[in-house]
Amino acid sequence: MRSITKTFPGVTALADVGLTVAPGEIHAVCGENGAGKSTLMKVLSGVHPHGSYAGEILFEGEPCAFRDIRASEARGIVIIHQELALVPYLSIAENIFLGNERASRRLKVVSWNETLRAAAALLARVGLGAEKPQTRVADIGVGKQQLVEIAKALSKEVKLLILDEPTAALNDEDSRKLLDLIREFRDHGIACILISHKLNEIRQVADRVTILRDGRTIETLAVRPGGGTGDGDGDGDGGLSEDRIIRAMVGRDLDHRFPARTAYRGPDAGTVALAVEGWTVRHPIDHERKVVDDVSIEVRRGEIVGIAGLMGAGRTELAMSVFGRSYGRYEAGVVRVDGREADVRTVPDAVRHGIAYVTEDRKTYGLNLIDNVMRNITLPSLPKLRRRGTVDAHEERRVAEGYRTSLNIKTPTVLETVGRLSGGNQQKVVLGKWIHADPEVLLLDEPTRGIDVGAKYEVYTVIGRLAARGKAVVLISSELPELLGMCDRIYTMAAGRLTGEVPRAKATQEVLMRHMTTHVRNDG
Amino acid sequence: MSPVTTDKPDPAPAAPPGGGRGGALATALLNAMRSNVRQYGMLVALGLIVVLFQIWSDGTLLLPRNVSNIVQQNSYILILAMGMMIVIIAGHIDLSVGSLVAFVSAMAAVMMVDHDFPWPLALACSLLIGAAAGAWQGFWIAYVGIPSFIVTLAGMLVFRGLTQIVLEGRSLSPFPKGFQNIAQGFLPETGPDTNYHNLTLLLGVCVGLFLLWQEWRDRRRQLSYELDVLPYPLWVGKCAFIVAAVVVATLMLASYRGIPVVLLIMAGLLVLLGYVMRNVVVGRHVYALGGNRAAATLSGVKDKRVTFLVFVNMGVLSALAGCVYAARLNAGVPKAGEMFELEAIAAAFIGGASMSGGIGTVFGAVIGGLVLGVLNNGMSLVGLGTDYQQVIKGLVLLAAVGFDIWNKRRAGS
Repeated sequence: MRSITKTFPGVTALADVGLTVAPGEIHAVCGENGAGKSTLMKVLSGVHPHGSYAGEILFEGEPCAFRDIRASEARGIVIIHQELALVPYLSIAENIFLGNERASRRLKVVSWNETLRAAAALLARVGLGAEKPQTRVADIGVGKQQLVEIAKALSKEVKLLILDEPTAALNDEDSRKLLDLIREFRDHGIACILISHKLNEIRQVADRVTILRDGRTIETLAVRPGGGTGDGDGDGDGGLSEDRIIRAMVGRDLDHRFPARTAYRGPDAGTVALAVEGWTVRHPIDHERKVVDDVSIEVRRGEIVGIAGLMGAGRTELAMSVFGRSYGRYEAGVVRVDGREADVRTVPDAVRHGIAYVTEDRKTYGLNLIDNVMRNITLPSLPKLRRRGTVDAHEERRVAEGYRTSLNIKTPTVLETVGRLSGGNQQKVVLGKWIHADPEVLLLDEPTRGIDVGAKYEVYTVIGRLAARGKAVVLISSELPELLGMCDRIYTMAAGRLTGEVPRAKATQEVLMRHMTTHVRNDG
Repeated sequence: MSPVTTDKPDPAPAAPPGGGRGGALATALLNAMRSNVRQYGMLVALGLIVVLFQIWSDGTLLLPRNVSNIVQQNSYILILAMGMMIVIIAGHIDLSVGSLVAFVSAMAAVMMVDHDFPWPLALACSLLIGAAAGAWQGFWIAYVGIPSFIVTLAGMLVFRGLTQIVLEGRSLSPFPKGFQNIAQGFLPETGPDTNYHNLTLLLGVCVGLFLLWQEWRDRRRQLSYELDVLPYPLWVGKCAFIVAAVVVATLMLASYRGIPVVLLIMAGLLVLLGYVMRNVVVGRHVYALGGNRAAATLSGVKDKRVTFLVFVNMGVLSALAGCVYAARLNAGVPKAGEMFELEAIAAAFIGGASMSGGIGTVFGAVIGGLVLGVLNNGMSLVGLGTDYQQVIKGLVLLAAVGFDIWNKRRAGS
């Protein structure tokens, strides 16, 4: 891939990125969340069609112009996404040949005998020979489902396999099996792009690693001297160190500025506003998995506390489950507000206790996109606007106008449909909505995701102001400079567990990244 | 709380009083229209349909007698459409209303004819039965989580069956005069002989004055909150239009037998439900749920309770429609209310509802219902058979929703 540039409205996701993968090579791609890894893979696999990006893709020496994913699969490029794309109620065999059915040529009648025979052969190749092809996908574990995905890729005569975080949901044993399999494919000449946050995995299996940061290629490094294919367990064989990779991942110029903070000087400054103790939550569907595992945190009034972690670390799950158990299956843990145990079983309970959660996914969980700015802002606090049983329309309008001014929401009128605003302004609407609810504790989940630098500064200012007024703020963010610039203290999470607590004075990107990539044994 | 970079939000583009009239007025008018294209569009369409059939039927359509007739003919569909609109805004559907209409009218008939209940008691019991039926369906939908399509499809069968069980194949009649008046009656004649219906004139004047007062009060309060308002000349025009509409409607009704009782019921419902949906917290929660269920729940909306209440409301309205229907027919019959659910759903969609929920107004449902009703009446007047009527109504539904989708796509939202 040569000088790939891809822009989304308002954001440049990839700028002049290059990536070269040799035949029979395992090539790792790493970078922070939002560095552009997934976008790059979507360009390569035709999810973003030819013409929607600049630059060119050469495959086996020929330029390619993939219109869609089928076109890239026809050339032998197959991508396996982090979220598995299997139909749970169909059998393994049906899933393997979905969209690619073994059928008679003219009438397209599915040949079941051929389907089952071929599926069994593929299952044997990925080490799932013991499973019957007729088994429903829903009835096998996640690790095996991942292998079914790979069998599906093999059925398409894959030459280049792209794996996006393949081991994120797997336990150690399944991960090891999967990595072994990838190595075996390499020996058969299948090239593989491996996107992973787990640096130890990269060191084990990859030949080379390309690091992306802020949509640019930073560098490509050989994992082992000479790039040979060693047996891969070698510490101390002079290979690439994890620290070297981390440095490349985070070493960015600080191009954001942060507003100065004013300390809160109220009488109750420094008292603990929110404490979460021993919080454990299981995955809503896969009850075997603990997505949040025995996490305890506390936040004081006037304090901004960060939570750092990579994708799947359990940050959002922690926040949402504390906010009225809106995620997963609660297992254990206590929430204390101002030192007293608080019953926050439902969202209205949480709101009553002064907790607000600003979601990372404003379009799905934050806003009613087809309604206007005013009604979105007032939704959680409508009862406050009640006069003699009915919502005071004029007062409501005044409140909304107030937030339009104080948060600088750029919209012609507060009656504008929220879906028409830019991302930054939508985010301000979500913030306004919860500020008006007047909470004492704000859980802010990626409040600056997908918005431009100017809007970010405004959001930081609002956050700083909230803390200066004595609110307790929890800031979840994937951008380490943001955490370092805003927070008094930063917790780190990995695989559902708390892996560190770093005061601002001691925090650097390297320290945080080290904690965030700490491999915790996943024995959930 | 002083913002960081506050360039003062550009002041509302209120037209300078008197000056630059044409352009500014037109923009303001366009803005006002644009915010509600579907509803205004349907209002215009309704007007066109009225004019078309008025000409086609040689002026029969708008004869005072026929206007009263249209109101009474369509009353039960309009009542159902208002409830259905709320159900659809909440992101659900109710297929059972036709059967529930039949069941309630059968129960009312049994109570009054077989057991000699006084009619007010029978009416009250009927509404309670409707509420209970709505609560039954609401329970399965909101608290158990069965899709409303399934629950109300079951309800459609259950209530239809219960109707037949209760009636044992009979048609029960007649009903007390008081009950019949719900659908057939008019306000009583009083006062001196003026060639017009006096009470209707009086009511017309009251309604007109009330509307004007409300417009004036709203405008004053909006100004005191420094919100942007319609430019003055446009506002006067709006008031004049309101007065004209009230006067025409009043004279038309007053020159026949006055205001039908059922029109009062419907007007009351329209005002009440419209107000609840706009200005009461629970109504606003309905919109939020339909627009984005996840976001609403995360904002503290009690989605189960709101959904439950929406279906209880639909049940009560179905019961009311059932009583009106029985009163109009003066009989309880097993086949009552067939296809009503589809008429009500069609009215809601013509009136601006969105398949995915979150959009629509009760007023829109009434407009949609009237479009269907006037079409029905007009086509009968000019002698088109019911076969053609069905075809045309189907095409109107398709065209109304198609226009809306086309319009949205053009606006790029």
